[in-house]
Amino acid sequence: MVETSPFPADTEHVITTSKVNFFYGATQALFDITMDIPGRRVTAFIGPSGCGKSTFLRIFNRMNDTISGTRLEGDVRINGEDIYENGSNVVRLRRKVGMVFQKSNPFPKSIFDNVAYGPRIHGTHDRQQLAEIVEKSLIRSALWDEVKDRLETNALGLSGGQQQRLCIARALAVGPDILLMDEPASALDPKSTIRIEDLIGELRNEYTIVIVTHNMQQAARISDYTAFFYEGHLVEFNATKKIFTKPREKQTEDYITGRFG
Amino acid sequence: MSRRRSEQITYFLIRLVMYFIVLVIGYILFDIVRHGLPALNWAFLTEYPRKSGSEGGILPAIVGTLSLLAGTILVALPLGICSAIYLSEYAEQNRFTAMIRLAIITLAGVPSIVYGLFGLGLFVLFLNFGTSILAGSLTLACMVLPTIIVSSEEALRAVPHGYRDASLALGATKWETIRTNVLPYSLSGIITGSILGIGRAAGETAPILLTVAAFYLPRLPNSIFDQVMALPYHLYILATQHPEADKVLPLQYATALVLLLLVLGLSLGAIIIRIHFRKKYRW
Repeated sequence: MVETSPFPADTEHVITTSKVNFFYGATQALFDITMDIPGRRVTAFIGPSGCGKSTFLRIFNRMNDTISGTRLEGDVRINGEDIYENGSNVVRLRRKVGMVFQKSNPFPKSIFDNVAYGPRIHGTHDRQQLAEIVEKSLIRSALWDEVKDRLETNALGLSGGQQQRLCIARALAVGPDILLMDEPASALDPKSTIRIEDLIGELRNEYTIVIVTHNMQQAARISDYTAFFYEGHLVEFNATKKIFTKPREKQTEDYITGRFG
Repeated sequence: MSRRRSEQITYFLIRLVMYFIVLVIGYILFDIVRHGLPALNWAFLTEYPRKSGSEGGILPAIVGTLSLLAGTILVALPLGICSAIYLSEYAEQNRFTAMIRLAIITLAGVPSIVYGLFGLGLFVLFLNFGTSILAGSLTLACMVLPTIIVSSEEALRAVPHGYRDASLALGATKWETIRTNVLPYSLSGIITGSILGIGRAAGETAPILLTVAAFYLPRLPNSIFDQVMALPYHLYILATQHPEADKVLPLQYATALVLLLLVLGLSLGAIIIRIHFRKKYRW
């Protein structure tokens, strides 16, 4: 599978993995995945349910650690640092690698306390400073205008789309470089989905974004690069335009043309 | 028989059972209130008993039961909640923890007299606490621990996983996550379950019979190493051991009523705490 690199010559790869195998107990979920993810670009993971794309995403902030009986082989580096090395600091890693989940999960606290949660646990307690972070994060996530007059109300009173943008604001508030998004719009109505996609478009120049999506149009709309996973294997990874116009692999073509999945 | 008909009959039977139970409990309550209320007055609550309980009040028994409850809560609540946190949040889910859970559930079903004997052996004799508030509280704490652990673990597990994930993904440690995003949301369930268990302990006679309760002790305790009278045991004495059981019948009823009100107060407290936390964290 030698080929010309899809990346421009000056591309900086922020996340690099080499021969990653992943196991849930005795079941192997990922096979020999070697992949370099470029910085300050949007990379989409697509593939049918159970293909391992979410599992692979959750490797980058070590969220799979919370599931007992899981095991990882291979090398995963973020900015050159081996994140699975013994003594590697998970708390510091997760500050740099934020995550937005499929099901929006704001805490049952006020909007302000949701966004301020991260900065607070990392040691910021000055009310003025917190207020600035909260405002900045909410502006970034395009939610500020809708909630600025009710920051002290319970976040669960927001609509589904607003809750998801709040979760993005909450992730941005700790100052990450990388944003992992696990099907962030799959539970939202079309209009809210568009807002999330627009938001990703606005964040793309400042953050390295990796997004798992079921929706191929979405991948085509918002991503620079697309990786297609199938049964735990990385089948194809290329510039999004190439994947959707001239896929190299038969399986990829079958999937994006809707022949299976 | 048509499906509609069988549906109606089932519904009727279930209602009947429910009414029957409400009726029985209602009658017991009504009987206690009817006979107990006339004998219940301020003096009864604040005076010492006289003539081995034939006259006077039940102040030492009230104080005794309250101090036993306080001791039980002080010991059992932190231990129970911590055990539940360990089981639900930290422990691996394997055969060993499954066995621990089975043991806890089994302990919840052990007859209370067994706890009494255990308390007598361990706290009164082996640890040499004597028959005392300390020994009684520890014995009652052992008895209610299983209930507290089981209900607390359930309350912790009911907290949606998304909160834990979100908190961890923001870089919180496990303990920070539990402290800020699991415990506060489950506290209403933990408190409710625990108080129900402790309310049951308030009415138990067997565990305190051998470890703390005094037959007749018309004074207040000075320290946790003192014996005390207790409401359920006092009631038992008046009803079965008193030479003039018939004459003291109104006092028995009044004592039962006080015990009931005490447990009711505990439950009310639990409800108020629950409403408070539900309002604060709605999910």
